[in-house]
Amino acid sequence: MDALDLARWQFGITTVYHFLFVPLTISLTFIVAGFQTAWFRTGNDKYLKATRFYGELMLINFAMGVVTGIVQEFQFGMNWSDYSRYVGDIFGAPLAIEGLLAFFLESTFLGLWIFGWDKLSKKLHLATIWIVAVGTAISAYIILAANAWMQQPVGSTINQAAGRAELKDFPAVLTNPTVLFAFPHVIAGAFMTGGAFVLAVAVWRLVKRPDEDHAPFRTAAKVGAVALLVGGLFVVASGDQLGKHIGVDQPMKLAAAENLRTTQTGAPFSVVTLWGPDGKQIFSLEIPDVLSILATNNPNGTVQGIDNLQAQYVAQYGAGDYTPVVPVTFWSFRLMIGAGTLAAFAALWFLWRMRRGRAPGRGAIAIAVLLPFLPLAANSFAWIFTEMGRQPWIVYGQQLTSQGVSPSVGTLEVLITVVGFTVLYGGLAVIEMGLLLKKIKGEVPGTAAAAGADSDDKPMTFAY
Amino acid sequence: MLHDIWFLLIAVLWIGYFVLEGFDFGLGILLPFLGRNDKERRVLINAIGPVWDGNEVWVLVAGGATFAAFPHWYATLFSGFYLALFLILVALIIRGVAFEYRSKRDNPTWRLAWDWAIFIGSAVPALLWGVAFGNIVGGVPIDANKEFTGNLLTLLNPYGLLAGVVTFSLFVTHGAAYIALKTEGDIRARANRVFLGAGLVAAVAAVVFLGWTQASSFIPGSAAVSVLAALALVGALGANLLKREGWAFIGSAATIGLAVVALFLHLYPNVMPSSTNPAFSLTVSNASSTDLTLQIMTVVAVVFTPIVLLYQGWTYWIFRKRVSAARIPDGAN
Repeated sequence: MDALDLARWQFGITTVYHFLFVPLTISLTFIVAGFQTAWFRTGNDKYLKATRFYGELMLINFAMGVVTGIVQEFQFGMNWSDYSRYVGDIFGAPLAIEGLLAFFLESTFLGLWIFGWDKLSKKLHLATIWIVAVGTAISAYIILAANAWMQQPVGSTINQAAGRAELKDFPAVLTNPTVLFAFPHVIAGAFMTGGAFVLAVAVWRLVKRPDEDHAPFRTAAKVGAVALLVGGLFVVASGDQLGKHIGVDQPMKLAAAENLRTTQTGAPFSVVTLWGPDGKQIFSLEIPDVLSILATNNPNGTVQGIDNLQAQYVAQYGAGDYTPVVPVTFWSFRLMIGAGTLAAFAALWFLWRMRRGRAPGRGAIAIAVLLPFLPLAANSFAWIFTEMGRQPWIVYGQQLTSQGVSPSVGTLEVLITVVGFTVLYGGLAVIEMGLLLKKIKGEVPGTAAAAGADSDDKPMTFAY
Repeated sequence: MLHDIWFLLIAVLWIGYFVLEGFDFGLGILLPFLGRNDKERRVLINAIGPVWDGNEVWVLVAGGATFAAFPHWYATLFSGFYLALFLILVALIIRGVAFEYRSKRDNPTWRLAWDWAIFIGSAVPALLWGVAFGNIVGGVPIDANKEFTGNLLTLLNPYGLLAGVVTFSLFVTHGAAYIALKTEGDIRARANRVFLGAGLVAAVAAVVFLGWTQASSFIPGSAAVSVLAALALVGALGANLLKREGWAFIGSAATIGLAVVALFLHLYPNVMPSSTNPAFSLTVSNASSTDLTLQIMTVVAVVFTPIVLLYQGWTYWIFRKRVSAARIPDGAN
């Protein structure tokens, strides 16, 4: 492996890892804000318990999202300096704006929320968690707009003399069609992730803690299941839109996702395709016309094939291989859909099983334990699909990934950081999981202090 | 013109970062030594609990703003100082997790491990940010293609290392001032004593470093601000002797801010001078983005920076009370 491959592995590992925490953080913040709002409105203690309990899990997760996010900000310059030189005029601005608009909001108001239970009025304290939630959504939009520009470089021109892309129309960058389609898809996926987590933990408490007050967890289970289910519906609707857009904007990604070799009308959808170790296709199960329907809403619609597109790109960009790794693209796309669909069905199953006050029952535990991992897997496969599917481009149609890597960074240096981050992240995953499990199994945090005002002689409501 | 404004704004972001995160780095370095038992250590950590994360965002914005306004500066610096930045990243990661996770288990071994994680996570960046800035100002080998041609050892030269000692000792001083301002009883008295010792070390290191900087090439404005920085530190030490903790903190904050100003004045109009050939140096004009990008960024910065300062300031106001051991709850939280 050379420095380029290692830098790609590092980006893949650190980004997928970062994105395990991001969607969970976004949705958990909104869900916790929802619980706290319900408590503020009704004064019902069960909502406060749910706020405190899930709030603590949210914080454990939030910390991981924050610290792994720092790496993302630095990594472009460290491993991808030629990319940074090429795109800085356009891509840098969203990063800076994300920090100024979103990170400051999130970090400052999260601090206020954590430590402010007895220092702020109930209303103001409630406002802080909503500000954090809005901050996470702003952050998601801006960074997706930056990613969208790499997928579909709008609002800019290429300055050959300066060797870079230059900004022409910033509103166009912020309203890139790709981000308009991707943002709802990502947010809906985030709600599936948080919904599955909230539901699974609630089911676990209901089954394993028969003697405790079940009201907070029955509510949480319902909220989680609905978030997962509604999130799932929006994921499908937005995913359909996004898929059609990819078919127009990045036809090679769609062709690779479907393993469609030649341009066809009435193209079939391949449910399963298997490749041998040599990369040769050995089996494929296809349903006629379905791909054309998915991509164009028309059973006779034309979908471009890999071989045709490859020939077209050679003519357009010069000799080279413009085809992504097809099995990776094909399978990550299907695993994304499969894991997401399973999770949504699990939500339906739990809603039915717990209808009208029924207990979930011991048999539900196994499914509850597996459930949170399904949306996490779907999110990971979605990004692997999106990013692997546009290879060999780092900026679609403009800069190859191989042209973006840092020329001054040696193979050994990248190797050190790949190994370093992987070991560190692995260790932190173990610690984080251990702590989440401890808190999931532990006492619901106290709710008494949340009511009273601050005074000098009583212990702090929350302390590190 | 616009790129000059952005040079200034990036200096402002680094000032914000070093002045704010400076004291929580200092506090982190002092944690295992000033906090003699678990309650005392929790007092220290809770003194920065609500604010450290917001302080850290300043460096993310500084990084992002450098990427946006001076892509070549960002690219050369971050790929060039590769392993040093990797160490800083690892440190910031374990430090952030340590604050959040330390008191979540009621287990002495667990807590001790995280205390040392906070120490290392604070000490490494406190030292390495100084080394990085020393090398930016002092110049590093950069070729005609704007690429850094040295390695990690290139950065570990006497001038760069001295800059690291300056930031490290200044941050410890600043952290001690913050602890004295935010705690009560024994820790407060100990912090005041540490302030004096660390402040004297910082004064010597800073005077030698800033003198060396001016001796290598004399820039009157930068020299004048260097003198002001030294005076601020002397004032801070005086305030400490007079038991004026607020003024001591303002003094150490001013020292750090003025030192950054002195370095940026020394740097201008370069952003990364090349020691290979001055013609290869990155400057505010040859490293910058287009005017359109800088205009948009200027509007965003002018509108939102004051808002950020307002609500961050408000947070400090809300949590203005001193933290005492008596108010730290028992057990895990």
